[in-house]
Amino acid sequence: MMSTLFAILFYFATLVFVVGTLYRISIYTRTPAPLKIPTTPAPITTGGVVLRMMREVFLFESLFKANLWTWGLGWLFHASLALVLLRHLRYFTEPVWAWVAFIQPFGMYAGITMVLGVAGLWARRIFVERIRYISTPSDHLMLALFLAIGVSGLVMRFVVHGDVIGVKGFMLGLMYFDWQALPSSIGLYVHLSLVAVLLMIFPISKLLHAPGLFFSPGRNQADNSRDKRHISGWAKQLEPKDMGNAK
Amino acid sequence: MSATITAPPYRVIPIIPVLKPGAMEGSGPYVASDKIQEALGFPGHLVDNWHDQAIAKMGELLGKYRSLKVYMDSCVHCGACSDKCHYFIGTQDPKNMPVARQDLMRSVYRRYFTLPGKIFPKLVGARDLTREVLDEWHNYFHQCSECRRCSVFCPYGIDTAEVTMAARDILDSVGYGQKYDIEIIGKVHKIGNNLGLPGPALIDTMEGLEEDVKEDTGIDVRFPIDVKGAEVLLITPSADFFAEPHIDSLIGYAKVFHATGTSWTLSSMSSEAANFGMFIGNYEQLRKVALRIRQAALDLGVKRIVVGECGHAWRVAYSFWNTLSGVGEGADPDDKFAQMLQKQLDHRYRQPTHICEFTWDMIERGALSFDKEANDKHIITFHDSCNVARGSSMGGYPGGQFDIPRNIIKSVANHFFEMDPSTTHEKTFCCGGGGGLLTDDLMELRVKGALPRMEVLKQVADEHGVNFLAVICAICKTQFSKIMPIYGFERKMVGGVHQLVSNAIRLGEK
Repeated sequence: MMSTLFAILFYFATLVFVVGTLYRISIYTRTPAPLKIPTTPAPITTGGVVLRMMREVFLFESLFKANLWTWGLGWLFHASLALVLLRHLRYFTEPVWAWVAFIQPFGMYAGITMVLGVAGLWARRIFVERIRYISTPSDHLMLALFLAIGVSGLVMRFVVHGDVIGVKGFMLGLMYFDWQALPSSIGLYVHLSLVAVLLMIFPISKLLHAPGLFFSPGRNQADNSRDKRHISGWAKQLEPKDMGNAK
Repeated sequence: MSATITAPPYRVIPIIPVLKPGAMEGSGPYVASDKIQEALGFPGHLVDNWHDQAIAKMGELLGKYRSLKVYMDSCVHCGACSDKCHYFIGTQDPKNMPVARQDLMRSVYRRYFTLPGKIFPKLVGARDLTREVLDEWHNYFHQCSECRRCSVFCPYGIDTAEVTMAARDILDSVGYGQKYDIEIIGKVHKIGNNLGLPGPALIDTMEGLEEDVKEDTGIDVRFPIDVKGAEVLLITPSADFFAEPHIDSLIGYAKVFHATGTSWTLSSMSSEAANFGMFIGNYEQLRKVALRIRQAALDLGVKRIVVGECGHAWRVAYSFWNTLSGVGEGADPDDKFAQMLQKQLDHRYRQPTHICEFTWDMIERGALSFDKEANDKHIITFHDSCNVARGSSMGGYPGGQFDIPRNIIKSVANHFFEMDPSTTHEKTFCCGGGGGLLTDDLMELRVKGALPRMEVLKQVADEHGVNFLAVICAICKTQFSKIMPIYGFERKMVGGVHQLVSNAIRLGEK
């Protein structure tokens, strides 16, 4: 019964996540950027833009300039989350890729630092007056969600050990349409339900900052406005009517 | 009015101020009159179905500007920007925090354009667009100078200026514009410059300037106007024609052209570098104002277009002219509109060229020489103007916009000191009067917004005896002249980089 429910939930959540996110990305792709607005000083070549973007994605360069606390906690959270996610690949691969096996121990500790990062960010949201002022209930709930996912995962890893073989069987079964039973465990139910919620709200929440960064004209445009004419479709249409005549 | 406004006290340690909700609630600008709004094709006053029309306009802009769409979605309320705005620092009004300012619009975006906002508005901070919200927009989106300082620090590059521009565009579309900006754009269309200075008066002024410089130096420095076939068309903010200290920089440009033997001209039809179309976020207005310059360049047959000292004008020229009017290079071969002009321009030079690029280039070539001692009475610091610093560049490499004006100052003067590095280069603070806010009805805001700049100016004045604040922006010049006395500084302390050039340049040789 629970196995079927979770199987349906995960198919549905994955579908919402993939289709929803691709849909948002397709909107970003289709929407033109009519003017050159990189925040300068900006790279003048595409290669430079790629480097700038990598620094933003991996090092949070702008946030580093803004506030060391937010940067430290934010980076700790995101880097830990990335490791944790990669670690979880072992539930979806058979045999487990060597590098995934290699990062297992780091991934486990990353679970702890992820929770610490979330807790720190939440403390900041509660105790810093400015951040409290701009926070909506959903901002708090988002942190609660990550915290609950992290803690439920850690509990299964370090307190009440879950049946990892069974979970892996269930996940591989989902992937190959060869459904297997999900081990019955409250902790696991909680963990998986929350992850499904996270997947489903991704395309309709501020989690869109992840794809959004890559489409931010302030960061992804090369500063070459004088050398190459940049014109969007709708702006070009304004032109033939009054070619050369402003008066 | 300004007599009653006093400067806020300097912070002993520049800590982040505590919030004072509502501090600037009723401090917005005058609403534009029927006549001036209609002159630009906007409704004369707030239309009856403003709600539906505003939401429709917002939808239109979300489809036309990727920036707006991505910025509405991407903010995570991390607070990186929250203490970066000079207006927030000066007023302590939480709605002047960049993220809170964006949220004035984002809350409406969520309500009408996102699923969670439609179903659970309270949860995600979504709001109906009520009359109160619209009033709030008019108030607080005219307390943003579109300086982009917040965008430097945002981990996603979210630029509040883009949001402010969209909000103003929406307000204009429902007949709720701002008097100062709308009025000025009307003057450009009608007369050719923001001041409404007609051609004959301009010619008169230039003749007067020739006499003044002759009297001063004994040399015939020309201020040509409407000269067909001149090499350079100078497009400069119209404040340069008459305002103090702006005019001293205009004299500086003329002397540089004279000393380098460059043939140049002004245009009476297109006598304005400023483009307030950017401030109101209206692409059509932005374009229409820019097209006057294209027209002047075509009519006069010039080979180069040089832009005078003006911050947002340089952003428009550098970043947008190629798009708007074809002033630049690299248009597609079948792009007839742009090719028509680009074929005429001399591409050995960057098009357009900033006057500082022009002067620095000449200095590097050894075409200019200076008596640096002429500036010895000035102990100088340089204020990076926001639009130059964060919306443009110079010299063809990132950061040239910081180096080139400083290089010029150091070439023409002996005493130069930097202000606190957390307030210069791309981290510079706005003067407090940019973005279409340089109007007396916003004087309280302008004074308070200047606080962070005045604090660090005070530091270098105390430590190094700095007595000259060099800038390359007409708005900065006007704003500082007006508010610096309120902070206890001499009003004459502010001046252009080319004013310093003018003081030191040798005209006899070369």
